[in-house]
Amino acid sequence: MISLLLILIPLAGGLVNFILRSDQAARIWTLLVSFSSLATVLCHLFCSETANASFQADWLSLIGASFALQMDGAAALMCLLSAVVYVLITLAIWKNDIRSSNNFFALLLLTQAGVNGVFLASDGLLFYFFWELALIPVYFLCSIWGGEKRISVTFKFFVYTFLGSLLMLAGLLYMAYQAGGSFSLQALSEVKLSSSQQSWLFWLFFVAFAVKMPVFPFHTWQPDAYEQSPTAVTMVLSALMVKMGLFAVVRWLFPLLPGGVLQYSAIVIWLSIAGMLYASFIAMKQDDLKRLIAYSSIAHIGLINAALFAGNEGGYNGAMIQMFSHGVNVLGMWIVADIIEQKTGTRKISELGGLAQTSPVLAILLVIVALANIALPLTNAFIGEFLMFNALFKASVWYAVAAGLSIIFGAVYTLRMIQHIFLGDKTERADKVSVLPFGATLSLVLICILIFVGGLYPGLFFQLTADSVATLLKIFN
Amino acid sequence: MNLIIISSIWGIVLMFSGLFFPRKSVSVNIAIIGAILLLIANTLDINGLSITSSTFNGLLQYDIYGYIFLELLLISFLFYLLLSAKQVTEVGNHPYEYFALMFFVMAGIGLVTFFNNLLILFIGIEIVSIPLYILTGSDKRNLKSNEASLKYFLTGAFSTGILLLGIAFLYGASGSFQVDRLLTEARPGLGVFTPIGLVFVLVALGFKVSAAPFHFWTPDAYDGAPTVFTSFMAAIVKLAAFVAFSNLFLFGFADLSAKWQLPLALMTVATLLIGNVTAVYQQSVKRMLAYSSIAQAGFMLLAVFSGNDLARQGLLLYTPAYCIATIGIFAVLIRMEDYTYDGFNGLASRHPMVAFCVTVFLLSLAGIPLTAGFFAKYFMLASVVKTGGFLWLVIVAVVLATISVYYYFRVIQAMYFRTASSGESFLKAETLSFRLLLLAGAILLIALGVFPYQLLLNWLIA
Repeated sequence: MISLLLILIPLAGGLVNFILRSDQAARIWTLLVSFSSLATVLCHLFCSETANASFQADWLSLIGASFALQMDGAAALMCLLSAVVYVLITLAIWKNDIRSSNNFFALLLLTQAGVNGVFLASDGLLFYFFWELALIPVYFLCSIWGGEKRISVTFKFFVYTFLGSLLMLAGLLYMAYQAGGSFSLQALSEVKLSSSQQSWLFWLFFVAFAVKMPVFPFHTWQPDAYEQSPTAVTMVLSALMVKMGLFAVVRWLFPLLPGGVLQYSAIVIWLSIAGMLYASFIAMKQDDLKRLIAYSSIAHIGLINAALFAGNEGGYNGAMIQMFSHGVNVLGMWIVADIIEQKTGTRKISELGGLAQTSPVLAILLVIVALANIALPLTNAFIGEFLMFNALFKASVWYAVAAGLSIIFGAVYTLRMIQHIFLGDKTERADKVSVLPFGATLSLVLICILIFVGGLYPGLFFQLTADSVATLLKIFN
Repeated sequence: MNLIIISSIWGIVLMFSGLFFPRKSVSVNIAIIGAILLLIANTLDINGLSITSSTFNGLLQYDIYGYIFLELLLISFLFYLLLSAKQVTEVGNHPYEYFALMFFVMAGIGLVTFFNNLLILFIGIEIVSIPLYILTGSDKRNLKSNEASLKYFLTGAFSTGILLLGIAFLYGASGSFQVDRLLTEARPGLGVFTPIGLVFVLVALGFKVSAAPFHFWTPDAYDGAPTVFTSFMAAIVKLAAFVAFSNLFLFGFADLSAKWQLPLALMTVATLLIGNVTAVYQQSVKRMLAYSSIAQAGFMLLAVFSGNDLARQGLLLYTPAYCIATIGIFAVLIRMEDYTYDGFNGLASRHPMVAFCVTVFLLSLAGIPLTAGFFAKYFMLASVVKTGGFLWLVIVAVVLATISVYYYFRVIQAMYFRTASSGESFLKAETLSFRLLLLAGAILLIALGVFPYQLLLNWLIA
């Protein structure tokens, strides 16, 4: 029942938003809806039985599809992330100017309904439904409220994802037919497939997920889309929607096609590592703050994906916790970038400098977020990245060596960014940042708290995802 | 059967009403009353109340599938008349004749839905085609309309000849025109006649449904015809041709499927490829819709190809998904001055409800989930998977379907993300009832996209 609520709350909230007329009302309503989603997730985590969280209803029984939602550890973690992220985003953009903001927030909430659906669906066709539905509001959000080149950029993003998901649909259809006409996760994972079937089905599914993550060489839509989207949407894209790809690998690809996964894991890991190095190199040369964060995000996601495919317990645990941590950290980076852009009117790193003198608070907050981004101990990303490197090392030394390089590069571009923006000579623009918007600051402070909680007490997350990790281990042993 | 009789009679009634009611607007009312009558008559038929249930010595064969299909088609026809009947009267000086011709087409559609005899198929197709030649050329002073009509007529007549030749060969092989006896009674020694006849029939029907490489008439005829009639041809008539096509191959030639499946698969791929790729290059929305109808025909050919229960259910779902969406978009297009993509610029800010409905229609045509179009395409793909082989066909269809997003979304982009250059309101005769009708269509598509079985397909199974 809780899982159904997690879809219905943002869905209904979003639809109501369309008819709200005042800007203030839309924002308050969105915050309320986000808080009630958060409360629902927390209620699931702390007070209710896991068994009650799932939901099942008849839908299209004649073609073997049902409206089945299932809450497991990984899904709960992702729903928690989505709820947290939405509260933080709503706070962070409280003071931003948005034209016809009721429609904007409505579409934003509809996106959340779609994304939560992807995390919860345990029926193949339903999963596909939500996978596509999450995309439609984002398409409109980016194309209406985005930057100058928004229409073509968003369209590229849409076509990439759409092609990927249609290929997945073809794969799902084939598997459902093999499973005797049932789309349920259970039935699909019990299908006996020959190794040649597994190998081509693997690519049908993986391309869909890889586009979403994105994994090199399917990433070309991403930096443009992040740059051109309105800030709130960029946050949703990088903190949440990217996780759809990773989550789908855990929940669908691994159980459905273990043979294909084993067969191609080396290729996928090398692709991910190539993407990490490539993205890190480009990030080092970026002058645009948004693009820098976009490329750094590709590198981080690449690492998570590589660790998942490395196939051992540490890798799974690390990937799970990092899926959450990366969402929080990258959100922090975007909020800082947004404050700077709103106040100074530029995103060019070369045009900024000396912000620490005018706004020490922002500097401190950014440094915390940035250090979390390069996974310093005590921050939430440390434990995850440590476990993932360990996993890659166990799989092959060369993976760890190659991937380790990207960590060094990560430190280079992140510290360079801090140095150029906050230290150095004070520019004229820096004076404009003296007063920080309250909502964004509050949300940054909350993020810093989450960073330290995750860094000091990661056990919370491990407990939560223990069942998903156990399932994965069972599949591959 | 009720449909065939009543629509023939109503066609004649309409022709003579022109003598007594000189005002054009009366013709609209008579036509709409006729469409409602047809709908009632067909509903009675479903419930077993027929004027006659005679099969005329096996020339016709009634089944629930055909009745439900006709019901959906009649709903689409009514939707079409309610939205665009007024524009029909503005085409020329003979509104009564235009409506009468449409009712004759509906009678022909009844025949091609229920045929059990190749001659009935032939007569049905001719009854459908000849009024269309006239309607295409009905804008008499427009050179493009004349050209389109002539082109359509010449190529159409040619393909009819081929169909007749194919039927003759099949008759030669089996000594029967009955669909179910074509293969069982094929005489030994004349084995080669059946495949030859089959190829001719395939080509002729491919022409009628505008499958590549027999599609060349489609863009010109659709573009040249007055837009109201393009809408009628592209939506309602096309679906009827498909039902005839799939019935013939399912009931007549199923045992020979090993022989015709590969050619048909290649035809499907060619149709999808040409329809989708060429649509991308169009600058006029009307021409884009013409090519998109070819691309959609490619998807519907998958149903003919696989010919199982899923294919038939899918075709049934395709009927509202495609007809309502196409008719709706055309109804908006008719009310516009400018048929290019730029003509749609800024529609969302001026007519938000119309823009929303057009968006739903386009999403349905593109096959996005939560619209009927998704399940229509889903059933087509699933039916091919169910045949066991030809998975490459599914993947090719899926990849080519991605291209269709490009041209459908260009309209959405124009409506929502671009602003209009001129300041005037650009939808003529955009009344409240027009908006509500469009909204009803959009809601129907969404409802079918969520509950295809509960709303439609369960009728077939019960």
